[in-house]
Amino acid sequence: MSVTAPVTAPVTAPVTVPVIEVVDLYKSFNGVHAVDGISFSVAPGQTVALLGGNGAGKTTTISMLLGLLTPTRGTVRVLGADMPEERHNALGQMNFSSPYVDLPRRLKVWENLTVYAHLYGVRDVKGRIAELSEDLGLADLKNRPFGDLSAGQKTRVALAKSLLNAPKLMLMDEPTASLDPDTGDWVRSYLERYRERTGATILLASHNMAEVERLADSVLMMGAGRIVDEGAPSELIARHGRTTLEQVFLDIARGKDGVENTHGQGGMA
Amino acid sequence: MDGHIPEDVCVPHKAFSPRRVLAIMLRHLYVLRRSWPRLLELAYWPMVQMILWGFVTKFFMGHSTWVAEAAAVLISAVLLWDVLFRANLGVSLPFIEEMWSRNLAQLFVSPLRDSELIVALISMSLIRTVISVTPAALLAMPFYDVWVFELGIPLVAFFTNLLVFGSVIGILVAGLILRFGLGAESLCWLGIFLLAPVSAIYYPVSALPNWLQVVALSLPSAHTFEGMRGVLFEGTFAWDHFFWAVGLNVVMLSAAAVYFLHMMKMARIKGLLMQQGE
Repeated sequence: MSVTAPVTAPVTAPVTVPVIEVVDLYKSFNGVHAVDGISFSVAPGQTVALLGGNGAGKTTTISMLLGLLTPTRGTVRVLGADMPEERHNALGQMNFSSPYVDLPRRLKVWENLTVYAHLYGVRDVKGRIAELSEDLGLADLKNRPFGDLSAGQKTRVALAKSLLNAPKLMLMDEPTASLDPDTGDWVRSYLERYRERTGATILLASHNMAEVERLADSVLMMGAGRIVDEGAPSELIARHGRTTLEQVFLDIARGKDGVENTHGQGGMA
Repeated sequence: MDGHIPEDVCVPHKAFSPRRVLAIMLRHLYVLRRSWPRLLELAYWPMVQMILWGFVTKFFMGHSTWVAEAAAVLISAVLLWDVLFRANLGVSLPFIEEMWSRNLAQLFVSPLRDSELIVALISMSLIRTVISVTPAALLAMPFYDVWVFELGIPLVAFFTNLLVFGSVIGILVAGLILRFGLGAESLCWLGIFLLAPVSAIYYPVSALPNWLQVVALSLPSAHTFEGMRGVLFEGTFAWDHFFWAVGLNVVMLSAAAVYFLHMMKMARIKGLLMQQGE
């Protein structure tokens, strides 16, 4: 990953074309800055974590990357497309998963996957669903309504939906939120294997420090809508003189590094 | 590194994809197919309306010469009003259903285009309306000896105009619900009833005060019901009313589509697409 310092420094020119390129991005809601001038880029094949407390601007940033939210100012380029204006050039090559965004609850698992396979233009709908069902252990669930599933089962189905189009870029908002440790670990292991197998780029927002340490090549620490620190997890831990990323997060969140508290901002998360 | 990602999993994406329209329809058809209470509910209210109005009409037929002559008009009006009402719900309810199930964001991070969603909702409206009014139309035959299908080609014209106008109202309501959230969901039912008095369903436009006649004649529904009375009373198809209805529908459907796309744009600015849900 190639990341820049917030606001003032220009985006470092990467060797390869970035999958995500964000320059001087702002989003305000009723005068409150949910995202306050962030810049970063993500190179192909990297896993980058957006880390920050509630209201830090993670979900707002992801929404702008997905074309669900129009920036107040600044540019967002995803897979070469300006978001949200050119989103249709990028959306077919990316996908999204979040425990806060459901699938239709009355539809059976296979019905949900079939609908989304058609939306993404999957060539062999049945074959692709069978492949993912096998991969994610959904065979026993396929005839059950999505709304009847447990949180862990829903996460697996949502993951299958987000892999239907074999995305080059996956955006994941707290992929293991509200999962028990075993299921959470299963999801993390799957994402690791998927990335190794495909070389897909992953951007995830998370509150789970252990998850970020395990999965992310690089971390963007967000607070009050800004990127307050960045680097590989090991770099951040060393730089802050701590032993875990959680300690680094708490230092930043509590302002021990001269950084503002992350709470109390407007925005979507 | 992304050379490992299979490139041929999906077909190339088109500007407008009938397949994506069908995918949205499929999502709602799956729900309908399995839920007999929903299917029953679709047909239930039009049939109840038909039974009530049918027997009221039958009673007055023996006491009023005018009603005796107008029996088919009243029964047909009941049926065509339900076309308008159901067409409105046929668009707005599937849209609300996406919000109830917190599925809107998933849809709009897929390649689905706003225009494809509109086309899918109108197509679903057609299917739901046919399911709704067909049993009531069939009921009118043995019970009241009113053969609505005898209207022939004009019936197709009336049905189409009311379907389109009902969809226009549904699109407007969907846009308002997107903007103001599920708290505004009762607009699905309220909006169309606001237009009922000026749609001249059970009485001619001339029965309205002069200033309301102007309002009525600016609606495709009033022209359609006037046309229906023309066929049933005089046996003539009023081409002027037909062309007015078609013209107004074209203008209103275009305006509704522009309005909905504007609401989608506003939703993207205000961050409403991520926040919808029960």
